[in-house]
Amino acid sequence: MDWNHFLSRQVVDMPKSGIREFFDLVIGSKGIISLGVGEPDFVTPWNVRESAIFSLEKGHTTYTSNYGLESLRRAIAKYVEDFFRVSYDPTCEILPTVGVSQALDLALRCLVNPGDEVLYHEPAYVSYAANVALAYGKATPVETSIDDLFALSPERLEAAITPRTKVLILNFPTNPTGSIAPLETLKKIAEICIRHDIFVLTDEIYSELRYDGVEHTSIAALPGMKERCLLLHGFSKAFAMTGLRLGYACGPRELIEMMVKVHSYTMICPTITSQEAGIEALQHGKQAMEEMRDSYHMRRDYIVQRFNDMGMDCHLPGGAFYTFPSIKRFGLSSKEFAMRLLKEQQVAAVPGTAFGACGEGYLRCCYATGFNLLEQACDKMARFCDSLR
Amino acid sequence: MSVMTQDALLRLLEADARLSDRQIAERLGESEAAVAAARAELEKKGRIVGYQTIVNDDSEGVAAFIEVRCTPERGGGFNRLATRIARFKEVRSCYLMSGGYDLLIMVEAHDLMEVAQFVSEKLSSMEGVLSTSTHFRLKTYKLNGLMFEEPPTMERISVAP
Repeated sequence: MDWNHFLSRQVVDMPKSGIREFFDLVIGSKGIISLGVGEPDFVTPWNVRESAIFSLEKGHTTYTSNYGLESLRRAIAKYVEDFFRVSYDPTCEILPTVGVSQALDLALRCLVNPGDEVLYHEPAYVSYAANVALAYGKATPVETSIDDLFALSPERLEAAITPRTKVLILNFPTNPTGSIAPLETLKKIAEICIRHDIFVLTDEIYSELRYDGVEHTSIAALPGMKERCLLLHGFSKAFAMTGLRLGYACGPRELIEMMVKVHSYTMICPTITSQEAGIEALQHGKQAMEEMRDSYHMRRDYIVQRFNDMGMDCHLPGGAFYTFPSIKRFGLSSKEFAMRLLKEQQVAAVPGTAFGACGEGYLRCCYATGFNLLEQACDKMARFCDSLR
Repeated sequence: MSVMTQDALLRLLEADARLSDRQIAERLGESEAAVAAARAELEKKGRIVGYQTIVNDDSEGVAAFIEVRCTPERGGGFNRLATRIARFKEVRSCYLMSGGYDLLIMVEAHDLMEVAQFVSEKLSSMEGVLSTSTHFRLKTYKLNGLMFEEPPTMERISVAP
């Protein structure tokens, strides 16, 4: 077979994600404590699982409308209004999807013409650039740094805008840095987007998981932004439902309508099982969610303290379940550090460079892991840091 | 230590009583001394009653839940009688209940006969006890918030985006 002939050039030329590369290494090792996961360590709350079982028991195994279940859209509308203080019409402004991932893919396909530029802040979730490329757009990272606690600097954002810039992707709290954009920064970003007529995709997947005591504000809630924003959210992180693959997009009817068109030709709908479980999560999942959040909060404080004690410079991230400690003082690259940590102490953490070039000198360590394992991982990392001195 | 932190301390101990003061201090961001003091205070106030191990003893001996109807005393209600009953070493737990009976007690013994003996000789014959109804435990599914049989947790993939 001449695969050069058969395979799509664009996909062949697309780099593998840095995470994937590291994953292959970890898979081959034994007895690893992993701080490399990107999902909760909790099982989905029982009432949510039980409603999924009940849904199957009732024989609900059909397609739903391409717009998803109306009851789910109503539940989403209410939840989003309560939590984000933005109201969306459940009949035409909300689309349940297979995770935020699919919502993002749909949105980019519906917004981007070949060559349009899409900005996103880096270090970033590994899929953004690839998703933009698959939509034939040009992905342009805007670097962030520890000086702004990895929140997007409005000045750097504005400097990156060109006449072809059409879309900005935001993600606060951020995977992999756990950073939060302060309200003042968010307002400046909003003002820039309005002035330059830029559409915003805001990935809010970690928004419930904030520990800084500040009420979460989405850029979609700022004046003049709802009409130029697509709010992307889901159930994976806050409700520990990663494997159920359920997310949603809320935004202007014109965009949602186009997204539904693509959705109807490609995915059709998320499974009805997940959709019915999602309703239960939104209506009765708050307490379980808050208990999980409080538990992450405690672990964040613990791991950040330990990292600083062992000589890694680690800022206190405001949200998500990631820390992004600096390993610069040890004189190793992120990749070398992560490889040796894995080999010498059997602890897996992802090199910061997997999330963009400006992640060099950092590691992403996820603390969504049982406390006992976190303690062990920290002890091992402390030994490793000592050995480097 | 704030009330909230004290509650958090209790939650940690309820989940795992073997945590050391140092471990709790690290998790709560408090000093070890503050945790020790708070724990002592909670013990003194009787909020922490004890530290025990949850043992699965379904296959060791027998256990029975006994509903007891009794006559309340003027001035003291059920307290004196309940305390008298609860002091027997066979009685593992004892509650005052609303509804069709007054006390619910849990009794553990080596065998059925021992429970029968306790009921007939000690419990039923006690002044103030009107009737008893004994139910034997067949299997424990959950105790103190802990499931006795859980399928092994699913392994997460060790590195994910």
